[in-house]
Amino acid sequence: MPTKNGGDRGSERIEVRKTYKQYVGGEFIRSESGRAYQPHGAVNVPRGSRKDLRDAVRVARGAFTSWSARTAMNRGQILYRAAEMLDGRRTQFVDLLGGGRQARLELDEAVDTLVWYAGWTDKLAQVTGTVNPVAGPYFNFTIPEPTGVVGIVAPEVPALAGLVRRLAPALCGGNVVVALAPEADPLPALTLAEVLATSDFPAGVVNVLSGRRGELLPWLAAHMDVNAIDVGGCTPDEVAAIEKAAADNVKRVVKMPAGERSPHLITAYMEMKTIWHPIGV
Amino acid sequence: MAITKRQVTALAKQDFEYAPAPEATDHIRIQPHYGLFIGGRMLEPHSKKRFPTINPATERQLSEVAEADAIDVGRAVAAADKAFISWSRLSPSRRARYLFRISRLIQERARELAVVETMDGGKPIKESRDVDIPLSAAHFFYYAGWADKLEWAFPNRRHRPLGVAGQIIPWNFPLLMLSWKIAPALAAGNTVVLKPAETTPLSALLFAEICQQAELPPGVVNIITGAGNTGSLLVSHPAVKKIAFTGSTEVGKSIQRALAGTGKRLTLELGGKAANIVFEDAPLDQAVEGIINGIYFNQGHVCCAGSRLLVQESIAKPLLDKLKQRLSTLRLGDPLDKNTDIGAINSKAQLEKIQELVASGLEEGAEMFQPECKLPERGYWFPPTIFTNVSQSYRIAREEIFGPVLSVLTFRTPAEAVEKANNTPYGLSAGVWTDKGSRILWMAQRMRAGVVWANTFNRFDPTSPFGGYKESGFGREGGVHGLLPYVELS
Repeated sequence: MPTKNGGDRGSERIEVRKTYKQYVGGEFIRSESGRAYQPHGAVNVPRGSRKDLRDAVRVARGAFTSWSARTAMNRGQILYRAAEMLDGRRTQFVDLLGGGRQARLELDEAVDTLVWYAGWTDKLAQVTGTVNPVAGPYFNFTIPEPTGVVGIVAPEVPALAGLVRRLAPALCGGNVVVALAPEADPLPALTLAEVLATSDFPAGVVNVLSGRRGELLPWLAAHMDVNAIDVGGCTPDEVAAIEKAAADNVKRVVKMPAGERSPHLITAYMEMKTIWHPIGV
Repeated sequence: MAITKRQVTALAKQDFEYAPAPEATDHIRIQPHYGLFIGGRMLEPHSKKRFPTINPATERQLSEVAEADAIDVGRAVAAADKAFISWSRLSPSRRARYLFRISRLIQERARELAVVETMDGGKPIKESRDVDIPLSAAHFFYYAGWADKLEWAFPNRRHRPLGVAGQIIPWNFPLLMLSWKIAPALAAGNTVVLKPAETTPLSALLFAEICQQAELPPGVVNIITGAGNTGSLLVSHPAVKKIAFTGSTEVGKSIQRALAGTGKRLTLELGGKAANIVFEDAPLDQAVEGIINGIYFNQGHVCCAGSRLLVQESIAKPLLDKLKQRLSTLRLGDPLDKNTDIGAINSKAQLEKIQELVASGLEEGAEMFQPECKLPERGYWFPPTIFTNVSQSYRIAREEIFGPVLSVLTFRTPAEAVEKANNTPYGLSAGVWTDKGSRILWMAQRMRAGVVWANTFNRFDPTSPFGGYKESGFGREGGVHGLLPYVELS
């Protein structure tokens, strides 16, 4: 939604409008297809293509090794930084979300969620990992590790908090993300990308695409290099189609309730790795 | 006195005569035919159909088991559904008592179970006796203890059982896979319908007797036999709330597809093509034993088998020399003989699959080594085999063979080892052999696999979570993590 400052006051200032873009590989790009759509009438939003999606998965995969190898402390700091950046743009986001109490509450929730998961990065292994007392002379332990590239289909509402509720836990665990912005109201998600771009996430760790969901979803669900897909924001019909396509590479389909906020949601995007080593002299 | 290399070679070449040491079978009573275990009783199948189960070491028929049709599957699920009402409300400590009883009964009937497992599946008696059966009992014992401690497993969350779990298990570790499936399901308050593999149904049918002996409430465990069709009837039955499957990646994917949109929960434990990585500083003799155990354990019928040996170039020759020598000392033959290292291939179909993949290896240009090895005239057998000069693109380096066939590749740097090890759609297990502690952890971090064995291989324990990354499946079995697939948290 374009801001309404300017015009009505009779001021002669002519507003500098923003071109909304997708966020891929740390860059703000139009769709390679050159297409746009107008969810809010006047504003053009990139209508992402299958190729945009594939490019996003490729750069995400490229960013995975180094992001997952970051220390938990470092990932926590970066998620917290994202909360700071988001809070700093409070006015802009409240405006984008339609203003008023509901918009303020949604922004509060988004900021809170980032802060909450920022604090989980370096506790997760302690809460969900185990040391296993096996019946033999072995040291045996289990730790959570990120699954890899996670596709997130943002729910249509709430347009900002809905995405953040899933983005934060996926990133918290060390995954890289390709997210589809809500089709009807993509501006908060695309603006969130600007927040993430200034929060020290390495390029490619988060990617946000916009466009017709029906055009992008089948390719995200079937992509052989996507390890998990979150369908919290999908309709039952979409879920069925996604689950079918996901079987091609045994994708993990994350179906937790929209309101879930727990370490179980973080580990839903993770694998448990068990390591054995003999004990002896 | 040190033994020289030449002496070792001479020893290895010597043809030792071992007196036969067969395990007694006179205490085993296998019935000529079995029904379906439904609602606590052995029932005649509605289908009226039966199929033979044979001893793959002799090709002799052991028994005839029922082939469950849609009505049989429906009866089993209905029995489980009915039993769920009371079982899920039974006080958790009472559920625990039954599981402890089952564990004890497995221990008490251990020898019988081991012999039947070996006769029905072809695995060496020393493995069924020392690995399969004790681990099965341990598994029930471990999860028995969880039944009344679940609130400690899921802090801040309420847990509820799911209902009827449909469980489909493979033929490589029949009773052990049954235990991995049934123990956590029951501990969490679910009831089950389990289908063993069509070539190895007997230990599951003995387990049905154990349930009766334990006086487990009728319908809590139901065992139906049959092949793929029975399995898909179970998967698609609307009253089944959760499917747990262990088997091939191909079938796993078709189950995932079949369940799309149904809301049923699913865990999959699928195939593997594990790398067993040996660095130049590894203790070679131990590594050789680990490689042998990694690929020839249970004739290589192991989803987490170390079927790709990645050896650092500088030690490739000495390691392979030792390995070939060791291979020559493995004894292949009667699975019931306590000296046997390599038993029978589980089925004719599996033998043909191994033969086909081995032929592809030769065709693609790999070099094959097999020790001199006399195969028995009857039964299904395949000698332990090593392929060298293998390229990553060969089928024997990419596809799961599920037989005693090792493909050897080399690497120069740790980074190359990581790259090659992870260059597979599978991700079940990996092995690392090195004397350097920091390198073990560095490698373990980088393996995209659910289980990493460092300076050991093929170890299992009920407390230790097991399961895959990528196309090796999802969900964990074992440990506290193994409870999660059987509860609904709120």
